[in-house]
Amino acid sequence: MPVKHCESAVVVENKPLGNGIFKMIVWWPYPAEAGQFFMVRGWDKFPLLSRPISVHDADGERVTFLYEVRGEGTRILSEKKPGESVELSGPVGNGFPVEKIKGKVAVVSGGIGIAPLLLAVKSLSGCEVTLCCGFRNQSYALDSFKPYVQEIRVATDSGKEGHKGFVTDLFDPADFDVVITCGPEVMMEKLAKSCIAKKVPCYVSMERHMACGVGACLGCTHHTAHGAKCICKDGPVFEGEEIYA
Amino acid sequence: MLKTVLNGVTMKNPVIAASGTFGFGREYDQFFDISRLGGISSKGLTLEERFGNEGERVYETPSGLINSIGLQNPGVDAFIREDLPFLRQKDTAVIANLGGSTIESYLEGVEKLNETDVDMIELNISCPNVKHGGMALGIKCDIAYEAVKQVRAVCKKPLMVKLSPNAENIVEMALRCEEAGADSLSLVNTFQAMAIDIYKRKPVFNNVFAGLSGPAVFPIALRMVYQVCGAVKIPVVGLGGIASWQDAAAFLMAGATAVQVGTANFVKPDICLDIIQGLEQFLKEQGCRSVSEIIGAARV
Repeated sequence: MPVKHCESAVVVENKPLGNGIFKMIVWWPYPAEAGQFFMVRGWDKFPLLSRPISVHDADGERVTFLYEVRGEGTRILSEKKPGESVELSGPVGNGFPVEKIKGKVAVVSGGIGIAPLLLAVKSLSGCEVTLCCGFRNQSYALDSFKPYVQEIRVATDSGKEGHKGFVTDLFDPADFDVVITCGPEVMMEKLAKSCIAKKVPCYVSMERHMACGVGACLGCTHHTAHGAKCICKDGPVFEGEEIYA
Repeated sequence: MLKTVLNGVTMKNPVIAASGTFGFGREYDQFFDISRLGGISSKGLTLEERFGNEGERVYETPSGLINSIGLQNPGVDAFIREDLPFLRQKDTAVIANLGGSTIESYLEGVEKLNETDVDMIELNISCPNVKHGGMALGIKCDIAYEAVKQVRAVCKKPLMVKLSPNAENIVEMALRCEEAGADSLSLVNTFQAMAIDIYKRKPVFNNVFAGLSGPAVFPIALRMVYQVCGAVKIPVVGLGGIASWQDAAAFLMAGATAVQVGTANFVKPDICLDIIQGLEQFLKEQGCRSVSEIIGAARV
């Protein structure tokens, strides 16, 4: 897939969903696949680095980012108005192998890790999908998932919504043919190890601090079963066994 | 107009992608034709493959980037086998950046590279992120002199020595490397720095100290290049925080024959093209017929 650097991709929409979560739609008349990401910036010199943000949705005309305001970069992005532009490099990375995923699928997220999973579920075909998602206090972005999933199960840390506790309490991997997940590393590690023990294929979408996003800086190198890999270029999606076996 | 000759190697322009920021070219070739670059300095190579450092490796600062990669690389042999053929397909000067932990490993690496068609060897005596190597060489003039002298004795390629800004005395270091037989110098590598995670109450990097690059270091790097250009007779390649053609022009006016662009590649994948085009346009506007007309132009 061609990787492009576009200095002015036009923002179509940028809406707060509450709790510091925003959904930004950008004009991008090119392909992007589930699990890939873009290096995004919406400023000139400060902060220095662009921000790696996963593809939430894409239709060949527009790409959608679901992001949480964490620092200066995402704060600036959150203030973009429709008609203004952002700078995009991408799409980069290897995403979910959607064509290999069949049968009963558990799609498991923690917090903003839900972001790359929408395009993933939309890209699956002939699957029965159960979305299990964990949040701090309150769910978001679930309406977009409804047409593509059979069931949604929610857990929150506070118990304000759904099950009080871990998202991993909501299901048993043994009940599924495949598990795909994105979220905090402790959650993904626990889940991937459980999948490995139960011999259920599992795909994890990893995150690391990175500078370039294309495999040049080697800032996001991770040990895997197949040697040193860049989270950005070789991932961000890996088989659970590559990372956690 | 931008044609530059460095140690007998003719480059189409004075803009070189700096070691450690450009891989072996493949990653950026998907954004633009890397044949348009004057040269590419490879990711720092060592004799053996290295994983690099554990833990956090990059940390952003105001206008800067601290890295602790630790010379992750596939080793000299794998570079020669798998990466050099790709780079040689491109019409650009190929510079093999070579690091090491012992003098023997440097010499063995040089001997392997002697047998290839790399255009030049850039000797990294300045990596701050490798324990027991690189850094001591880069700080102590006497140690650097000995290392460069020994490498010079076996090196059949033009030899550029990359200096650390952490050297005890940058001008003295440059003079000693020249005396030891370096054909050119590149400076500066990253500045020793650190970051602390105040919530964990510990340093961000496992090695505690790491290397700062990016626009934050540009004025200091420029000063060092200016000083060194005033002291040595061999060509100097300036680097450190270049983020625009104006920054590149400043290094040239300080006396550098060419420049290297590093961290800025991460920010804008085709920044080198902007710099090349900007320099060309500037020279035209200034009525210059060759880039050589501005080299050292700001020296007083």
